Amino acid sequence: MSTFVYMTRCDGCGHCVDICPSDIMHIDETIRRAKNIEPNFCWECYSCVKACPNHAIDVRGYADFAPMGHSVRVRREEEKGTISWRIKFRNGTEKNFVSPITTKPWGKFIPKLADEDSPNQGEINSQRLYTEPNGLNIDGDLPTINKETFKKGVYY
Amino acid sequence: MFNNNPFSNLAEIVSPLAMQGFLIAMVGLVILGTLIDILHKKNVKYFFDNAKKAKKNAEIELSATKRTSVILKTVAHDIATTAELGRGKRRVAHVMGMYGTIIFWACSAILIFTYSKAGIETPTSITTLWHAGAILTCLGGYWFWFFLRVDVLAEAHPWYRIIKADLFVLALLACATFGLAWSYTQSSGMIKLNYLFLVLFIVANLVLFGGVYWSKFAHMFYKPGAAIQKNLAEADGSRDNLPPPAEAKEQFGLGIKREQPKHY
Repeated sequence: MSTFVYMTRCDGCGHCVDICPSDIMHIDETIRRAKNIEPNFCWECYSCVKACPNHAIDVRGYADFAPMGHSVRVRREEEKGTISWRIKFRNGTEKNFVSPITTKPWGKFIPKLADEDSPNQGEINSQRLYTEPNGLNIDGDLPTINKETFKKGVYY
Repeated sequence: MFNNNPFSNLAEIVSPLAMQGFLIAMVGLVILGTLIDILHKKNVKYFFDNAKKAKKNAEIELSATKRTSVILKTVAHDIATTAELGRGKRRVAHVMGMYGTIIFWACSAILIFTYSKAGIETPTSITTLWHAGAILTCLGGYWFWFFLRVDVLAEAHPWYRIIKADLFVLALLACATFGLAWSYTQSSGMIKLNYLFLVLFIVANLVLFGGVYWSKFAHMFYKPGAAIQKNLAEADGSRDNLPPPAEAKEQFGLGIKREQPKHY
């Protein structure tokens, strides 16, 4: 899948150019609007889709597997601190989600690892990751599922 | 200089009819260029297809009164103040350039059609507005060109890199700049320079209005149409498949305020 730009909505502000982690969103030299210069290298991270202030960027699926008529679109409202998703399926089913924005400002909240205590061997061998469980705002142990409840084989 | 009507002085060597003919020819070039652009890019077909799609997905049937109200609001807010550019320097520069250009062109038409004949005194308000429009166009345009252009701001290209997308803005800036220089040299009695800037002013106008098909000139017709379509889609609930605005209090807001796109 890859991103594409609705030219009537794009105003060439450059936010997608700035945020694209693959550096594939660039400005067209004829009409000065954004474009994806290398769709094959797009990993559908949706960074540009969310960053676009004019909702001018969308993501298309490959014709061989994406259901035709589907749509996944997002509205990011900084003044409310929310990000809303609207997912439309080919059969008409529609799902809407609203979540808080969790993006951190550029250059902030970078862990200062050099100032931290070195982990002991027990912490290195543990399955817990750095800052867990406090970083997840969980008191005590991480949640677990009893393996006995699992069914065998692939299931959905 | 601000009281000088360059067209009435020009009438000594060029007949007012020729000037009026030139202006009508420029309008004709704009219409022709836009029509060819529409045929080539099929953008009108795209707008109509999009309108049909929006109607199919509409959640509310808009009454004629509601549609008119949405269109009027779009004209007053989105189009008259170029709201899509958000709050910032780009919008200020665009508004300066837009209104400067409108004033400059409107005053040019008034000066050519009403005050280019010999013996008619030109009101200073019109000549002052003509110069003010050109200056406003230059201020907004050069601000955009040197500092705000996305190529410079987000792509980190040097300001002197010229691409096809610059045809419109450079031709417009050339028109305003050479127009001002022509008026200044005319009022100061610098005859050779006056003719030079007159020729450059004419060439800049030919490039600007004759290059509609190759430049971004027609964006001033398409962008208002796109803004109206976007706001009608918001009002009828189709919203181009976008989710509705979140029903949330403004309590978490702007902890992550959008930054200038210049982290290259």
